[in-house]
Amino acid sequence: MGFMNLFKHFLGDDWGVHPDDHKRPAADKPVRIMPVPHKLYLPLQQHLGGPARPTVLVGQKVKKGELIAEAQGMVSAPIHAPTSGTITAVTEITAPHPSGLTLPAIILEADGADEWCELQCCDDPFALPAVEIGKRVAAAGVVGLGGAAFPSAVKLTGALRAEVSTLVMNGGECEPYLSCDDRLMRDAAADIVDGIRIMLHATGAQVALVGIEDNKPEAIVAMQAAAAGFDAVQIRPVPARYPMGSEKQLIQVLTGREVPADGRAFDIGVVVHNVGTALAVRAAIRDGRPLISRLVTVNGNCMANPGNIEVRVGTLAEEVISFSGGLKGDGIGLARRVMGGPMMGMQIPHWRVPVVKGTSGILAFDTAEVAEQEPDPCIRCGSCVKACPMGLLPLEMSSRIRNEAYSEAIDLGLKDCIACGCCAYVCPSKIPLVQYFVHAKGELAAQDRAKLRTDATKKLALQRQDRLEREAREKAEANAKRKAEREAAAAAKAAAEAAAKVETQGESA
Amino acid sequence: MNSATLTAQPVASPHAHGGNSVTRTMFRVQMALVPATLYGFWLFGWPSFFLWLLTILSCLGFEALSLKMMGVTRIKRTLFDGSALLTGWLLAMTLPPWAPWWVAVVGGFIAIVIGKQVFGGVGQNVFNPAMVARVALLVSFPVPLTMWVSPLPLTSVAAPDFIDGLRIFLTSLPQPDAMASASLLGHTKTELSRGIDLFHSLAGEHAPALSWIGARSGSFGESASLLILAGGIYLIGVGIITWHAPLAVLAGLAIPAAIGHAVDPAHYLSVSAHLLSGAAMLGAFFIATDYVTSPNTAAGQIVFGLGIGFMTWVIRTWGGYPEGMAFAVLLMNALTPVIDRFIKPRILGRDRKGKPLDIPEGKEA
Repeated sequence: MGFMNLFKHFLGDDWGVHPDDHKRPAADKPVRIMPVPHKLYLPLQQHLGGPARPTVLVGQKVKKGELIAEAQGMVSAPIHAPTSGTITAVTEITAPHPSGLTLPAIILEADGADEWCELQCCDDPFALPAVEIGKRVAAAGVVGLGGAAFPSAVKLTGALRAEVSTLVMNGGECEPYLSCDDRLMRDAAADIVDGIRIMLHATGAQVALVGIEDNKPEAIVAMQAAAAGFDAVQIRPVPARYPMGSEKQLIQVLTGREVPADGRAFDIGVVVHNVGTALAVRAAIRDGRPLISRLVTVNGNCMANPGNIEVRVGTLAEEVISFSGGLKGDGIGLARRVMGGPMMGMQIPHWRVPVVKGTSGILAFDTAEVAEQEPDPCIRCGSCVKACPMGLLPLEMSSRIRNEAYSEAIDLGLKDCIACGCCAYVCPSKIPLVQYFVHAKGELAAQDRAKLRTDATKKLALQRQDRLEREAREKAEANAKRKAEREAAAAAKAAAEAAAKVETQGESA
Repeated sequence: MNSATLTAQPVASPHAHGGNSVTRTMFRVQMALVPATLYGFWLFGWPSFFLWLLTILSCLGFEALSLKMMGVTRIKRTLFDGSALLTGWLLAMTLPPWAPWWVAVVGGFIAIVIGKQVFGGVGQNVFNPAMVARVALLVSFPVPLTMWVSPLPLTSVAAPDFIDGLRIFLTSLPQPDAMASASLLGHTKTELSRGIDLFHSLAGEHAPALSWIGARSGSFGESASLLILAGGIYLIGVGIITWHAPLAVLAGLAIPAAIGHAVDPAHYLSVSAHLLSGAAMLGAFFIATDYVTSPNTAAGQIVFGLGIGFMTWVIRTWGGYPEGMAFAVLLMNALTPVIDRFIKPRILGRDRKGKPLDIPEGKEA
């Protein structure tokens, strides 16, 4: 801990945690490119938002880069064939999710030719209108490569509409173990800067601030050299601290601005993208290449040969691991399989799960790394309060949730929780705090859905009641009208008869 | 939440852990107490060692008994998490060093059973168990709890040997007059009530300067104020506690003491006498920083600490007891939930009251 950190520690301005980063030696090894596997498994939902809709039929031959599933809805992303081959099935496969549930996916059998379809290149992206760049990025199926996999085009065009001033580029890579962004910045700094400039053009932002944690000095040097000629692209080293790469935290550190709790980054004139995404945007615009491969970090104590591997989207984790060198001792001592980082990644039930666009890491942990233990009671030590980057009270929230007092947990800020895991990481009692919060959020979502359903039912019931009442009323009115008419007619008849009678009387008189 | 979700293997992230544990935390606090404890043994001899040992053993015994009666299945693990041991240790530090054996046993019972387990065990108690026991003992058995002895270092000729020490401890014989003494705070309080001002009462053996090396009568752990302070600084250094509560306690005590002493040195003790005698250091660094019974936030801990310090000074100066730390701690323990309710950290993106920050004009997207 340096002097400044110690000083901040005394001031209490030390949100977040400082986990052992475990990034080296994996980060220092050159990238290996994995050959195309025999079969690729492409889930239709690889991004946040609506799942894509298949546009191919079983048995159809496709070329590399060809559209195989189109975006559906406002927030969605299309999927392209990562290699040339034949569609063999559109079926359900195990999802990259702890539940081990299935997800619809397209299965593509490679033909080995790896032949590109026709691509739409562009030599001068800055001559294109900003909106056109957004469209091309959307068509290329580019999503945020930092892990959340939010469709990038939605953010680009949204930022353009909101007239943001600042593009924050996330090169923090604050998750321990992962080094794919680090590797990209070291190896392809010039292309990343080019991608950032294209994104500046697409968003209309004046300046790009590239935040890189200071535990990646090589990446900082490479990026500074690449950005030297461009004033709009500023490389800003930031202290290594988890979760520095979280949107709200990075914005605050780089711009000093705070995203309002009920607002978005756009609202304060900022949009955040990952550095890996800049590379994908560049490929999509300059070469017309859709997002069909990504860099994946293979790491963890159980991996025989950790490193970064360029993998086609849809490759099974199993095959990536065996390409990387397999598991130590064939998996003896393997305690947990994780996709993504150790702090926010997902536990997966087995290795037969495909790499998707948002997969930043494949981690195999042994028991020492996972440190599984039955939780002890909370001793109210407040470690979680000090660690929380959002300024929440995790211990109070979890005690409310344990008592199912969800509304009190919301009052304490449950909805502001970003599930970064700092609280559970520091908890001496090893209470699975994030588990509590995820559970409560799920419970609340279920309650909201149930409420919507009852509201809808209630509305229908009320409408029915209204209709019945209206019909009854109309019927009664019609009856009354008919009755009145009948009575009027009868009265008229009676009057006429009376008049006739008078007449006859008169005549007779 | 149903019990199944609590006991099931967590599937949510994070998949890594910092490695801190309750046991490790408690162990470090105990390490911080070691120097002052060893010095206490040297100063007060074998009886103090027996007292220390039996207080801890009785706390562990009552903890085990309570857990067994409550049907807890993980007795061994809970017992050895170090919390009961620490409670006993802290209680022993606050007792007169030659207190008889039954004080240790009764103290252990009050601390663990009444102070902690009836509230639901570790993490659930409202009041600091050691302080509950200390106050209950003081109020119930004032004589043995104010029977101070002059320091009689182990190396001196008059110090009781192992067997004598055991006899003193077990038989609670009246102490020889030559050894009986009063603590500085008790002495000055008595003398002030007799109309003798501080200039006269503090002359001679009760000179505050002796506080600095701890060679004076008082509780087992209070004598070595500077060693307690060193332990506290170690705890801050390793991040077990933060500076907020201890500094606030000391400030809350020192500021009124400085003002009082400046106004009337004949009736108000000096800052150094306040800080270095009685339980000030132990209270500031080891009691006010108790996780369970203090507020969660740094700001809350400052309020809490200032309250303890100030009330300690008030009780010492005008109260019926010469020492007020334990009472002040219990009073502020009772206020902790209130402090926690009103002092919360600011959530990122919200103001202090929890309202979302304003979205800048013209930026509604």
